[in-house]
Amino acid sequence: MNDQQTEEQQDTVVPIDGHQLLPQLVAHLREHRARLRDEWASRIRDAHLLEAMTPQEMAAETTSVYDNYVEVLETGSVEALQHYARDLSERIIPRGVETHEVVGIVLLLRDVLARSLFEKYQRDFPLLNQVLDAYEPAANRIANTVAVSFVEERERVITQQQDAIRELSTPVLPVRERLLILPIIGVLDSERARQLTEQLLRGIRTHRAKVVVIDITGAPDVDETVANHLVQTVDASRLMGASVIITGLSPTIAQTLVTIGVDLSKMNTIGDLQGGLEEAERLLGYRVTRMEADDAS
Amino acid sequence: MSTGPALVSILRQGDTLVASIHTALDDSEMIRFQNDLVHQIGEHRARGVIIDVAALDVLDSFGSRTLRTIADMARLRGATTVIVGIQPDVAYAMVQLGMGRVGAHTALDLEEGLAYLSSMRNGRHKAAP
Repeated sequence: MNDQQTEEQQDTVVPIDGHQLLPQLVAHLREHRARLRDEWASRIRDAHLLEAMTPQEMAAETTSVYDNYVEVLETGSVEALQHYARDLSERIIPRGVETHEVVGIVLLLRDVLARSLFEKYQRDFPLLNQVLDAYEPAANRIANTVAVSFVEERERVITQQQDAIRELSTPVLPVRERLLILPIIGVLDSERARQLTEQLLRGIRTHRAKVVVIDITGAPDVDETVANHLVQTVDASRLMGASVIITGLSPTIAQTLVTIGVDLSKMNTIGDLQGGLEEAERLLGYRVTRMEADDAS
Repeated sequence: MSTGPALVSILRQGDTLVASIHTALDDSEMIRFQNDLVHQIGEHRARGVIIDVAALDVLDSFGSRTLRTIADMARLRGATTVIVGIQPDVAYAMVQLGMGRVGAHTALDLEEGLAYLSSMRNGRHKAAP
């Protein structure tokens, strides 16, 4: 094989096995770092990826991705890259970078580097094959690692936000003696409905409530499932001796419920929270009157 | 039918019977309780019955069906039944199992139950559902 090598390739040592191929490859990628990185960056631009980033940021990020990439090829350990990818994701996710962009740029880098290898070893096909055998698994592993890190980071953010919403979600508020308000804001899934019902039932016992007003103005969708959750909540509250008034059914929601045929006839529903409170006060025997103003202005 | 010491105390307070269930009852004990209670309604000419289940952390389907039967029988014998003291977890479990309607008025605790019965006697409420 040696005699087939041209002059410019004489610096390359012909490998005996795959162990020596990778260092050689890494040396090649380090040597042509600037050129390959620029080529990669221009291909990213051509593909209109990462347009949320400024050119300076692009230059910085592509350089560090490139270096990380070569390092993984050299050491075979993806830990540092994983860490970097997660850190990068954390920075770019809030700016609306999509999964396909991140995967896209890594695949582009893989292609750019592969092409430079083709170019370098084009005269020696068996050697090229060997080089690719060493390069491809490592490159695919890198692409995998970056994609998985990105998605994991995204999922972490989503989970975090879900938890935050859940914690904000269900206050049980005493308004008057024996009267509670439960405003429902946001999507009501089964898990949340369970949590909400339990909180309400505890609240009924703690505050010795007789009437509860559940206001669903802030619930975006009320479908059959949600309606059934509400029916359960109402029934459970009645078992505890409290009657429930549901308020805040918008015209759309009312229409949906009638169309899908949810039976809400056993529920006491009133248009808005104000009406609900008035009805609750009536049930509890309160009469609210305005004090006459002494000095009318 | 079991014959041990009663696991339910049935006390008379004016024309109201107050039955407190102290511990989880098995099916035969539940039947015995039902018979005792309905018998005593006639004996004491009671107009109201309060069944206190505050001590129960579980109420199975047979138990809640028996409560419904008691309420129906009591109504036929001229008494109104109020079930009081259902715990939050019990209430939620009952609803989940589709036993959300017990066929009797429910109240938070004994005090509320008595208040309901006296307001009923004064005609401020209609009969229980």
